[in-house]
Formats: sequence, C-alpha cells, structure tokens
Amino acid sequence: MTNQPEGSADAITFDSVHKWYEHAGRTQTVLTDISGVILRGTIVTLVGPSGSGKSTLLSLCNLLVSPDAGQVMIDGQEVRQWSIPALRRRVGLVFQSPVMFPGTVLDNLRYGPMLRGEQLTNPEDFLHSVGLSEDLLLRNAGDLSGGQQQCVALARTLVNDPDILLLDEVTSALDPSAARDVEEWIVHVHEEHHTTLLWVTHNLDQARRVGQYTWLLVQGRLVETAETARFFEDPASEETRQFLCSAGSREGVPL
Amino acid sequence: MSFLTMSFTLAFVGLALFLSVWLKLGLERDMVIATIRSTIQLIAIGYILKVVFKLDNPLFIVLMVAVMIAVATQNATRRGQELGGVWWKILMAIGITEVVTQGLLLGFRITPWEPKFVIPISGMIVGNAMVASGLLLNRLKSETHSHRQEIRAVLALGGTPKQAVMPFLKQAIRASMIPTIDSAKTTGLVQLPGMMTGQIIAGADPVQAVRYQLLILFSFVDPIFIHGLGGHYHHRPGLRNLSHPLFSLSATLVGVRVRRLGWWDGSIYSGTHTPMSLAIKKANTKPDGGPTSHPLTIFQYWATGS
Repeated sequence: MTNQPEGSADAITFDSVHKWYEHAGRTQTVLTDISGVILRGTIVTLVGPSGSGKSTLLSLCNLLVSPDAGQVMIDGQEVRQWSIPALRRRVGLVFQSPVMFPGTVLDNLRYGPMLRGEQLTNPEDFLHSVGLSEDLLLRNAGDLSGGQQQCVALARTLVNDPDILLLDEVTSALDPSAARDVEEWIVHVHEEHHTTLLWVTHNLDQARRVGQYTWLLVQGRLVETAETARFFEDPASEETRQFLCSAGSREGVPL
Repeated sequence: MSFLTMSFTLAFVGLALFLSVWLKLGLERDMVIATIRSTIQLIAIGYILKVVFKLDNPLFIVLMVAVMIAVATQNATRRGQELGGVWWKILMAIGITEVVTQGLLLGFRITPWEPKFVIPISGMIVGNAMVASGLLLNRLKSETHSHRQEIRAVLALGGTPKQAVMPFLKQAIRASMIPTIDSAKTTGLVQLPGMMTGQIIAGADPVQAVRYQLLILFSFVDPIFIHGLGGHYHHRPGLRNLSHPLFSLSATLVGVRVRRLGWWDGSIYSGTHTPMSLAIKKANTKPDGGPTSHPLTIFQYWATGS
C-alpha cells in the first residue's frame, strides 16, 4: 500500500507505445503512438468505441501484452524490467466477466497467496472491504450472483495489495443495481487506499461520475486526455465532440 | 494366401462403395484412394521387409525406424500446425519413446536384436506414440482455448504460466491416455489384438502370442513422453507472454510417473488382472502372504519366462 500523497509521482507512463499483431503475414495495428501519464492515486476513466484498443492498453500495464515499440513505465520502471509476478501483484487486473476458480469463496481469496506458497490470515477483512459478509466464505463461489462474484474477484485482486488497479469494464456484465454496488465499492477502495485506477468503461455516465481524468481512444490513437469535467463539457478535439454526440444519442444519456 | 484369393476381399470394398453411392454419402473417392494407397503401401512394405530381414543389417533397421518416426511426426504435427515449431517437440517425444522402450526391451534381452522383432514392435510403439501426441495436442488446444479466461485470471494474479496451464495440461494428458488404457482393459475380451492374432494364424502357440501382446501393451503406457510445447501459445491472442518453461517440466514429470507405474509394478492394470500382473503378484508374495525380499520386476518376468 502506498503512503505517498495523491499525485506526487507518476504511477503509469506511456511513452510512444505501439502495438500490432501479425496474422498470416498481415499486420494489424492496435495501438499507435500512445503517450500519457497517470498520476499516482488518481482515477482515469478510459472510453472509446469497441475495438479501439482499450483492453490492449490495460494489458500492457501488467505485461499480459508487451509493447512492440515505445515504453510503459510502472512506478518509474519499464514493465519489461519488472519481475513479472511482482509487477502483477503491484498492478491488479479485474475482468469484465468474473472468473471464479473452482471451490469456495475462501479458496478464491486464497488463490493469489497460494500461487506464491503463502497463507491468507484475514480473508473476512477483504470480503468486508468490498461489502460482502464473511458468511459467504464457505459458499461455493460459482453459486453467487454475478454482482457478488465480481466483488469476490475484486477482493481476490485486493489480497495481492496492488497499488494500481486495472478495471476492464467490470460492471458492464452486471444488472444496473449490482453495477452500482460494485462501482461504489471500487470507489471506496480507492478512497481507503489511494489506489491508482485505470478504469475502462462503456458507460459514459460512469466515466463521468467516477473519473478525475478521462482518456478517449479511437482506432488505437489517444485522441484526448483531459480532466473529466472538461472532457465532457468542453472537449478540445472535434473527434471527442463527435464521439460524445454519437454515444449520447445512441445511449440516450444526457450530456 | 495367393494374390488372387486376397483380391476376392475387394468385394467388401465394392459393397461399401455401392452403399456409399446408394446413400449419397460422398465417400467413394476417399474409399478408392484409401484402398489403392493401403494396397500399394502394404505390398511395398512387404517386399522391403523381406529384403531387410534377409540382409539383417543394423543400418537398415535404424533406417526403417527413422522413416517410421519421420512419418509419424509429420502426421501428428498436423494436429498442432498453428503452434508453429511444434514438430521438433513431437519428433523428440516420439523418438525418445521409441529409444527408451526399445532400449529397455533390447537391453533386458526381452526381445532379440533382429529385424523381425525390432521393426514390427517399433511400428506399434511409434504408431501409438503418434496417436497419443495428436490427441494431446488436440485436447490441449481445446482445453486452453475454452479456459483462456481462467488462465488469464491466474496470470493476472501473478501466477506463472505453468501454474496457469497445469490443470488443463493434466486434463489433456489424461484424455490422451484414455484410449490406450481403455483398450488395455478390454483387450482379449472384446478383441484379440492384431499382433497376437497374426502370430496365432501363423501357427504360434497362443500363450506365447499372448506374452508378446502383453509386452506391447505395457510398452504403450510409455508414450506420454511429450517434451513440452513451451512458448508456442505466444501466437494465440489472450495467451501472450506465457513464457518458455511452460509445459515442459510438468509434462515430462507426469509422463515419467505414468511410465513408472506401467513399468515397475503393473498396477495400472491391476483392475484387469492380466496374467502378467497376477503372475508377478504371485511371484512377489511369500506363501505366508508377506512380500519377498527380492521382488520380481516385469523385466525379470519376461527375461526368465517364468
């Protein structure tokens, strides 16, 4: 857990990052020349159309995907210079659909320490931190509701004590009330531990509600990085305006 | 059996062709090709074997076995083409299986170093290893594909690629061993295996034929000597950066364990009570029921013919 004051240093820095995949001799570019800084202890919401490379950008931060050009710095050190297990403890990732490992909720919470041959002494604390009762500890994880599973997945990641959390559309598979719960508990975790959040979301309301900064990714290019209020009220780029208009009219979200 | 009488059996192919045309199964072309290919291949190998047996030159034995391994490798690799570069691992797996198994058979004088023993037994070992490798690759692909979310989740929690893939690797190994173990369980009850049948038809004592068949069966528990498929999942979206030591160690360890089980105590067949497992058990038990001080191994059993 970091004790440094908010915004004292860079948590994540993207420096001219490119990413491409090669399929049968054809090159498909996913990210082009991404540069940006995420300050420690801030919440950055990342929005953009489907297929714009949002998930890939997240995966670069814990080296599930490695950059083809440029650098990604975590706490001032390039990702490829980190020990991968240490990096992935420091930078937690929660997925869109909660993946429960076979077994109980307790088994799931223990999973991270178990991989390192360690014990987990206070599983109930982690359940409380995401608003779940310790009565669930011995329940079969697969029997929980979607919202509860996502909270368990979040708690399981928190057991690793990450400084940075990557959230990949963590509420979009949930019904609205569960989505709201999960969102509130994530914000709560952020407030408690000053965790840096890079939060991919399709829900512009959510991006506006929780974000301090908002980034727009279109076709692998970082179009705009701005404070969230300015992003939605007075975007600098014409492309952002168009994105907000079309997204707004499609979702019926008042902007 | 003359070529003329043999050719009468083509009537069966004719019947199948007729059915295929009648029911519009569209199998005629493949059936004709398969018939022609198998005829030419088998007749050719018949003459080649005749020459090799006559020459009795170690070089030709090695050459024949090398060709078998090459063809088997090429065939099994097709199951994992998208894994790129997997062929040499299959080659290692099949090659090592053949060398280890034949090494034991020959080293303990279970079978003599003669072409008529080495070549047919090698054919069966290599063929079985080929099927097992193909099944393992196929299964590993489908298991890792359908569980890629779990694998990603383990990686994201800081697990090593080996930790992430291990449960699915075990599944795949188990699945690829099932046909071998199942056929071992029903052998003799459902079907009389080919080699044994052949020996009996050729006039051998059925009990002697059974011994050789059991030798083959036990050798078949050997082939999961798959030396890892490390790193090849680099090419699959979602499994990027699974680094190198990936499958190798685990696969080898599991393979060794299965092989030990098959070789040293015969207990993998204990549920089936083969004559061999009963004989070994009997030989290793004193009249008062306690174990003897010098347990009889499978090798000694075969070597002494007791």
